[in-house]
Amino acid sequence: MKISLFVTCLNDTLYPQTGIATVTLLERLGCEISFPFEQTCCGQMHLNSGYQTETLELVRRFLDVFEKEDAEYIVSPSGSCVAMIREYFPKVCEWAHDTALETRAKVIASKTLELSEFIVNILKLEDVGAYYPHRVTYHSSCHGLRTLGLGDAPYKLLKNVRGLELMPLENSESCCGFGGTFAIKNPETSTAMLSDKMRCILNTKANTCTGGDNSCLMHIGGGLSRMNTGVRTVHLAEILAQTEGRA
Amino acid sequence: MPFLNPTTYQKAAKTALENPQLRRNLGKATTAIREKRLRVVAELPDWQQLRDAGAAIKTNAMQRLPELLLQLEESVQKAGGKVHWASDAVEANQIVSSIVKSHNAKEVIKIKSITTDEIGLNDALLESGVVAIETDLAELIVQLAHDHPSHILVPAIHKNRSEIRELFLKSFNIKPEDLTDEPRALAEVARRYLRQKFLTVPVAISGANFAIAETGTVSVVESEGNGRMCLTLPKVLISIMGIEKVLPELRDLEVMLQLLPRSSTAERMNPYTSLWTGVHADDGPQEFHLVLLDNGRTKVLGDEVGRQALHCIRCSACLNVCPVYERAGGHAYGSVYPGPIGAILTPQLIGLETAHAQSLPFASSLCGACYEVCPVKINIPEILVYLRGEVVKEKTGFFNLEGAALKSMAWVFMDAKRYELAQQAARVGQIPFAKNNKISSLAGFMTGWTNSRDLPSVPKQSFRDWWRENKGKS
Repeated sequence: MKISLFVTCLNDTLYPQTGIATVTLLERLGCEISFPFEQTCCGQMHLNSGYQTETLELVRRFLDVFEKEDAEYIVSPSGSCVAMIREYFPKVCEWAHDTALETRAKVIASKTLELSEFIVNILKLEDVGAYYPHRVTYHSSCHGLRTLGLGDAPYKLLKNVRGLELMPLENSESCCGFGGTFAIKNPETSTAMLSDKMRCILNTKANTCTGGDNSCLMHIGGGLSRMNTGVRTVHLAEILAQTEGRA
Repeated sequence: MPFLNPTTYQKAAKTALENPQLRRNLGKATTAIREKRLRVVAELPDWQQLRDAGAAIKTNAMQRLPELLLQLEESVQKAGGKVHWASDAVEANQIVSSIVKSHNAKEVIKIKSITTDEIGLNDALLESGVVAIETDLAELIVQLAHDHPSHILVPAIHKNRSEIRELFLKSFNIKPEDLTDEPRALAEVARRYLRQKFLTVPVAISGANFAIAETGTVSVVESEGNGRMCLTLPKVLISIMGIEKVLPELRDLEVMLQLLPRSSTAERMNPYTSLWTGVHADDGPQEFHLVLLDNGRTKVLGDEVGRQALHCIRCSACLNVCPVYERAGGHAYGSVYPGPIGAILTPQLIGLETAHAQSLPFASSLCGACYEVCPVKINIPEILVYLRGEVVKEKTGFFNLEGAALKSMAWVFMDAKRYELAQQAARVGQIPFAKNNKISSLAGFMTGWTNSRDLPSVPKQSFRDWWRENKGKS
């Protein structure tokens, strides 16, 4: 199956290992991957900060770049960026009364998938042959959980990872307090939310917290690191990419 | 009771978050009601269809609003009631004051109503020499404490029972040994005080949960029965409703009265649902006035995206699930409409000119829990994002650092070469800040992050560099 990878600007710049793991994993599962070099950012940060003119330009650019691809699907290791494309690309065009662009956005939106839903719903796989001998808990990021409705797709994948002990997380559906620039604009509220999230994570006794969105993991991991908890955050793709004898 | 506190969300939340008692009170109360709501909602196999029906009824009603309001006026008049139109708070308060004065009343009794808080009715009445007595227990507590409600449904959610006992000792001159902090004992004090008011005060004032255009029926939904007392005992009844509360037909209540109690108090049915149509000889109030309030609502209706906010039936489910509300509490929103619904309703009703109004759409992490529970499916995160755009439009014309930063980032993202150069620049720029692959301290507005969280440093190789090296140019 031919797919295009939208790695996201955050992963490209700060978490290249997540992009590399996504490539390793999907190639192992038989996908042919293309990476359009012209890609940059989906505009989520601009939209959520209120910069709609700039967002619209980035949406148009994204469509220009990915419409050139002949892949069946666009896959991305980020729930919130996929939510941006699927849910908000058409809306932003609608708000700007640009119906032509809205039509184009809807086409791209319909073929863009988050990594775990792509594996479970399209490739129809739950066991990807991964090995990860650690105690792991999963943070279901809000965009993946509510906007994309990922449901139990990530859990299905994690349950089939050999050596992995999946620890249930209390209040798993509550937000970690990241919310993009929310974390900077309202640091006190954001930190109050984060401290409750960290308490739940520490209660699980897991040594690894995983998730489908490095933005949330950057937030949670940033808190766990500041508190010197010894618990690390690792993107789901990196867990799924790892196989026995290949750490 | 002023409608607005001009303090921005950011500042007000900071103060609220420093109060550990408030955090505990709120955390406990919202967790309990969240769990209860999940249970009662799960009982209904057609809950999602009910939500769809609720959304459709409200969409239809808003599309036909002018016609429905005229029909409502006619129906109410036919049933013997009087209808008054108020374009803003001042007009509404004048209408109510003059009705109260025409009966020479010195006191009025009130049913819990956020709409009357919105227009500051109690203060306006006091200015014309009339004392308004709140009869909802929690509203009475808030009134006696000269405080403000912090929740749509549970106005005194921020107070615990020992605080309430202290307040009652002082307000009703009770000796400490004569009152415990048992809920029953506290309720008894309020009951004795209110019973005498129900029997003597000649004018009652209510809000309205729904009004039916077809029949002229007005409805109030409550738990204590004090509302029922107000609706049946006094000679004169004045109901003030926002124009968006009108529903086309009586049968629409079949949907709404299933959605509202389960979403608000997490009950299958609320204890008291009152419906009244005009006046009836020798039974109940002999004079009924309905005040239709605009106060910014038609302006909201004119906004294609924001108008969904008018679908709200004031259940408060969005407050109870909101992680921001749970931490900061209702007062941080500086409005009688707190929580996620307040964050989209208040700025639309009052306009986006003030720093307070501008701060509200940003008082959310956009987690979407509010949208998931909303019984009439208001897409609150969508409206928040949309309103942020309106705030930024409002702010143009003077220099702001954030705007400059985001605009230059967009410029960088518009070209892959510039973007790669920026990645390289970040690697160099971080050198003074990065230690052991992390950044623990930054300057300027970024301290908001680094005061409580580390950031990863920018690694030597980007993903695209790795691809170029290992996969060749795409």
